[in-house]
Amino acid sequence: MKYGFLILTISALLISRVAQAEPLLNASYDVARDFYRQFNPAFTAYWKQKTGTDIIVQQSHGGSSKQARAVIDGLDADVLTTNNPLDIDAVAAAGLVGKDWARRFAHHASPSWSTILFLVRKGNPKHIHDWNDLTRADVRVIMPNPKTSGNGRYSYLAAWQYALTLPGGDDATARHFVAALLHNVPVFDTGGRGATTTFVQRGVGDVLLTFENELFLIRKEFGDQGFEIVAPSISIRADNPVAVVDKVATEKGNTTLARAYLEYHYSHTGQELLAANGLRPADETVLAEHAAEFPKLRLFSIDDWPKTYAKHFADGGVLDQLMTTEAAGS
Amino acid sequence: MNLSTIDARPTPSRRHPTATDERRWTQLVLIAIAVLFLMGFLLLPLIAVFDEALRHGWTLYREAITSPDALAAIRLTLLTAGIAVPMNLLFGVAAAWAITKFTFPGKALLVSLIDLPFSVSPVVAGLSFILIFGRHGWFGPWLFDHDIRIVFAMPGIVIATVFVTFPFIARELIPLMQEQGTDHEQAALTLGASGWQTFWRVTLPNIKWGLLYGVLLCTARAMGEFGAVSVVSGHIRGETNTMPLHVEILYNEYAFSAAFAVASLLAVFALVTLGLKTYLEWRHGDELAATRRH
Repeated sequence: MKYGFLILTISALLISRVAQAEPLLNASYDVARDFYRQFNPAFTAYWKQKTGTDIIVQQSHGGSSKQARAVIDGLDADVLTTNNPLDIDAVAAAGLVGKDWARRFAHHASPSWSTILFLVRKGNPKHIHDWNDLTRADVRVIMPNPKTSGNGRYSYLAAWQYALTLPGGDDATARHFVAALLHNVPVFDTGGRGATTTFVQRGVGDVLLTFENELFLIRKEFGDQGFEIVAPSISIRADNPVAVVDKVATEKGNTTLARAYLEYHYSHTGQELLAANGLRPADETVLAEHAAEFPKLRLFSIDDWPKTYAKHFADGGVLDQLMTTEAAGS
Repeated sequence: MNLSTIDARPTPSRRHPTATDERRWTQLVLIAIAVLFLMGFLLLPLIAVFDEALRHGWTLYREAITSPDALAAIRLTLLTAGIAVPMNLLFGVAAAWAITKFTFPGKALLVSLIDLPFSVSPVVAGLSFILIFGRHGWFGPWLFDHDIRIVFAMPGIVIATVFVTFPFIARELIPLMQEQGTDHEQAALTLGASGWQTFWRVTLPNIKWGLLYGVLLCTARAMGEFGAVSVVSGHIRGETNTMPLHVEILYNEYAFSAAFAVASLLAVFALVTLGLKTYLEWRHGDELAATRRH
């Protein structure tokens, strides 16, 4: 009897894959949950109206790189929505996504983007206004580990870029500047959400470096009474690229649906929903309509991700060197 | 922890100073330390879970545990335990039987292998299943060609759970059966019983308490496993999220009350398991004492 049940269950599970229409699976990063909770019903309704078919969109969330890894290892995601291009490159290198993925959708396949801002405690008691304040001896900085988190990587790169733009700035001064900043970080959480918890709930540190959309969430969850947002003089443009996982979508017969799903991110509804969730819409006109929430910033982008990664974040790269000196010095 | 602990019956003969003769204040201090320790490390966190879960009232609590995603997680958790525990039950009894009643080459190796899941980190266990069943794993290409999914689907979750809870039943039975020896079985066989009869009529009644304890521990762990399952789950909402994974997701979404509501339900499952064990021990105390003396 025990076996009967077992065999039944297992065969039911195997058969169920074939019997029902395949739902669309979106492997996405952690903080995009709220957005997709609103976007998916909107898309389902749109698709129903357009084609008359009912579809189910399933979500899987995790760290952006972890999700890419899962797709490489066999997670049946039709689409991959990430917070940095390196993750899609990794899936492309494994042969599951075409190498030209960035040209398949508008704006380098990034329907939205975000940037790194500062969150300080009410009244800004430490007078933190720009990147150079973060290297002061009396300031404790909270940011996630750049080695494990896209969020941390953007903060690191933005600090590097700031140092380069200073008079006489070059790689040597930037190195010195970023080393001083890292020295002020008492704890490196592995992800953005962990850093938020450290700063907001545990009350550690004077300033939190994180994505604008994460700050949007903090404001929503914890009210803005205890905190203030500070926009530095320069920050980084963090694209949120998307791609159809060709191999999986083809296997599941979902190619058209998957494409339409990603296209819908660029529709007016999609762009508005992105803006409503603290993500800067790629569409300039929609962004301009939300100028109050998204103040104009001086921004720079990373053009060559593989090169940047190799220089800073690969094993033995600049980050490792700085962290080792840091550990040896303390 | 197991039922075959040292026989603590007092020696009626000459009076030796024993542990129970210590002075009264020593007793009190020891009791106080034990109680404080239990309160601080076990009871307090448990109370905190329920307190946080009910902070915003019953309505929110009910909503949290009856949301479609939560229900799917509860169903998956119970189903996983429902498959993993019988499998380990079968294996545990077979392994304990083989190890304690027979001698064969490689026995020591088998005993060590049973302990493997205790010493291997669950995360490593999960990753090894991805190496075996993942798209680029050993069996990956064949499985994917035949449209069979192991990892990032229910079978992977069951396999990971079986791996992690593997030793619980066998480990509970081996010392017990070792202590009991083979005398009873040999007597039964001499009297003409078949192998099956010996097992059902002699061995099983002797080990049933140890077995029950093992099954309960195994069930509790199967429902609570996080690490290995997290690696192979794929975290598809409403499909491959078990209760512990769902708790983490809710927590990360700032839905603290909902997270603790589901966590408290998990705690309730564990407490029911514990309560069941205590009840059975109380109800069948005499029988239990009898098995212990063997």
